[in-house]
Amino acid sequence: MADITNSKPATGGTSMNIGKILLEGRAFFALVAIIIVFSILSPVYFSVGNFLIMSSHVAIFGLLAIGMLLVILNGGIDLSVGSTLGLSGVVAGYLMQGVEIPAAGVILYPPVWAVVLLTICLGAFVGAINGVLIAFFNVPAFVATLGMLYVARGVALLMTNGLTYNNLGGDAALGNTGFDWLGFNRIGGVPIGVIVLALVALTVGLVLARTAFGRWLYASGGNERAAELSGVPTRKVKVSVYVLSGICAAIAGLVLSSQLTSAGPTAGTTYELTAIAAVVIGGAALTGGRGNVRGTMLGAFVIGFLSDGLVIIGVSAYWQTVFTGAVIVLAVLLNSLQYGRTGR
Amino acid sequence: MTVHQTIRPGATGEVVMSARHVAKHYGAVKALKGVNFDIHRGQVTTLFGENGAGKSTLMKILSGIVTPTSGQILLDGQPVTFHGANDALAQGISIIHQELALAPNLNVRDNIFMGREIRTARGVDFAEEERVTRALMEELEEEIDPLTPVEELRLGQQQIVEIARALQARSRILIMDEPTSALSASEVEVLFKVINDLTAKGVSIVYISHHLEEALEVTDHAVVLRDGAMTAWAPRAEIDLEWIVRNMVGENFDLGSPPESEMGAPALSIEELCVPDPSGHGLVVDHMSLSVKAGEIVCIYGLMGAGRTEMMECAAGRLAASGGAVKLHGQDVSGLSISQRIEAGLVLVPEDRQRDGLVQTMTVGQNLSLASIGAFTRGLFTSRKAERKVVETSIREVTVKTDGGGAMIGSLSGGNQQKVVIGKMLATRPEVILLDEPSRGIDIGAKAEVFKLLAQTAKERGLAVVYSTSEVGECLSIAHRIIVMHRGRIAATFDHTATKEQIMAASGEAVHH
Ligand SMILES: Nc1ncnc2c1ncn2[C@@H]1O[C@H](COP(=O)(O)OP(=O)(O)OP(=O)(O)O)[C@@H](O)[C@H]1O
Ligand SMILES: [Mg+2]
Repeated sequence: MADITNSKPATGGTSMNIGKILLEGRAFFALVAIIIVFSILSPVYFSVGNFLIMSSHVAIFGLLAIGMLLVILNGGIDLSVGSTLGLSGVVAGYLMQGVEIPAAGVILYPPVWAVVLLTICLGAFVGAINGVLIAFFNVPAFVATLGMLYVARGVALLMTNGLTYNNLGGDAALGNTGFDWLGFNRIGGVPIGVIVLALVALTVGLVLARTAFGRWLYASGGNERAAELSGVPTRKVKVSVYVLSGICAAIAGLVLSSQLTSAGPTAGTTYELTAIAAVVIGGAALTGGRGNVRGTMLGAFVIGFLSDGLVIIGVSAYWQTVFTGAVIVLAVLLNSLQYGRTGR
Repeated sequence: MTVHQTIRPGATGEVVMSARHVAKHYGAVKALKGVNFDIHRGQVTTLFGENGAGKSTLMKILSGIVTPTSGQILLDGQPVTFHGANDALAQGISIIHQELALAPNLNVRDNIFMGREIRTARGVDFAEEERVTRALMEELEEEIDPLTPVEELRLGQQQIVEIARALQARSRILIMDEPTSALSASEVEVLFKVINDLTAKGVSIVYISHHLEEALEVTDHAVVLRDGAMTAWAPRAEIDLEWIVRNMVGENFDLGSPPESEMGAPALSIEELCVPDPSGHGLVVDHMSLSVKAGEIVCIYGLMGAGRTEMMECAAGRLAASGGAVKLHGQDVSGLSISQRIEAGLVLVPEDRQRDGLVQTMTVGQNLSLASIGAFTRGLFTSRKAERKVVETSIREVTVKTDGGGAMIGSLSGGNQQKVVIGKMLATRPEVILLDEPSRGIDIGAKAEVFKLLAQTAKERGLAVVYSTSEVGECLSIAHRIIVMHRGRIAATFDHTATKEQIMAASGEAVHH
């Protein structure tokens, strides 16, 4: 049986042809194409300043998309991220306005770091409810998170009575200034929001590629039964991804309300769809088990740079919607080309 | 299709279909290197070959699922090109797939008629479909209700449905790629009766199996493939088991004998275990007790539905018991999850590799290392170097034929996928290993290799092994003890000096020959 084990490195098998490179790097090429086209159409598009502004827009749904990626890798879907984003912003706004404690008769002004922490905990809590419903009560992910989409949005509206918290800048006298730091400040010229996105992306990328959790996630998304029999704690993994998605949404909510220094209860409406689109354009399979952070980030930038570009060259908002839809369908079409071929 | 005369066995029937210089390349992998292959009218042509020899690939080409890289296919002497499986089906060629291709959510009837429903003016004629399904089940001597969802069936029953589906097509050429890998001996007998009826009606059959003796019973012609090339061809009269083995792998393989291991304390004790039937009435495992010592190898033989799978799944933590206990080194494991049991050294190699064994979206290496991630995690992160070592060791140990750990799992041949499932669990360095039909689809060489590995580990590390099989020949190999299960209970216990007839009789199976 000398020739049974053929452990030569897989060099020969990968005869890269142009078509394959184009297909696998499609999000990247799409981004390059978008940049080229808009640079030709508008003189202001191609500049570092504009790229940074567009990137800070991308940061919002980029963060949502990373959380969504984790959920989609697990074979699920999280429709509640847009509402969680809105609720997080509102809760952060509420905390910044001061929490009245009637029993003690004082108004408490938590410092900004506490606001950030509490808001992130809220995101995690919302995600945990989703996760537990899905993993332990076998509610389909689509239904559970659809319910949460309504509930979280409703709570945000209730808390503000439909109004918006403005002027979240804080007060030096109360010791809670600095909320706008997240949205406005820059380090080395780069907006904080973009830096947050980069950090989250790097961390999640590392977790996916190099930790046991990452492997568990890919395995349980690819075949849950097999993963479970191989000792993967599939339920824990499932709850975790929804918690992480909630946390990402909360961070995005913080960045957004900080950018606006106001928090409205309707912020982030339909953002969940943009996040799903970014993940799909990035090459992830909605059936689970396939996808990575790099692709998702490219997907988010494709959507962001496309829609900002359309705004810059003055295309109407209606056409923007049409274009974005076309790009999504095209991307999924290419997905099925890529994955459809492997089986044969 | 006018031929109705019976053809004498051994006589060369007219060639109805043939492959001429057919080659298939997947990138740099040459699955087939210019093969010639003939199918004779009203006869059974058996294709033998190692795992990864290219048998399934050739069959997929003949049934229109895969297009060859080069070469020609002749049907009734005329060159044909198939555009997909439906095209081939329309020309009277159907295939029973090695990897079951059923829709688990649909019932048996709908699976059998999937894509070829009986249509009337008022929609699908479900009553007629059901009647035909019942008739097919009767022909195959199975008690399967046409309205049962396929996912509720045992693997062997699913295989019966797959067979029935192909029979229903009433094709003139029927390709069977390992149709019996999950069937018990009596069901194989029934299938052979069906095959004989079909050939008598002029249907031509291609048969693939790794159960060589069994295949010899039906075959009229034998063809051996090796590494994508045809290496031998002969009519039935000129061949025997030794001929096949010699041409397939070059030397004769012996499945081994029980290792002289020093048996230690009981490693696995199953006490009065009960597992309820999923349908709600009765028990599939009925107050069963079994104790396996460290270093001991136990074989469990039984018919389909004897409760072997359920007993193993319950011990591994997949199914809940309704009574009794499972103990590992004297400790009750009932409170432990599957992953905790694996950590404690109790692992299961599941029967259904597609559903329970493999993650199709991952590579060979990632599948192999999935159950032992802890072994190559350093602190927070996995170590690529350590992982590669785990993967390479496994590939070598269970002799997986692959391009390397980076290949996708789906690119492996069926038998090699099975080896990955076994290798994955062995890589966890278990103390007790339960293997449910481990030899499903693997060739005799690999089977011998896997058995040798198990015997060696039992001897050296005191691994306790429990494996189930529906092939009697496999019982009388490395097992110290052979247990026959019948209706959830232990019907008989033998040592390795038992005879095949004794074992089969105890299982409630009618002994022929
Ligand atoms: N889609 C694919 N991509 C790459 N390689 C493939 C693909 N399908 C098959 N192969 C390779 O072709 C070779 C022949 O595979 P095939 O499935 O025909 O083997 P087989 O003889 O049926 O083996 P088994 O007895 O294990 O079923 C194997 O080396 C396999 O890895
Ligand atoms: Mg095969």
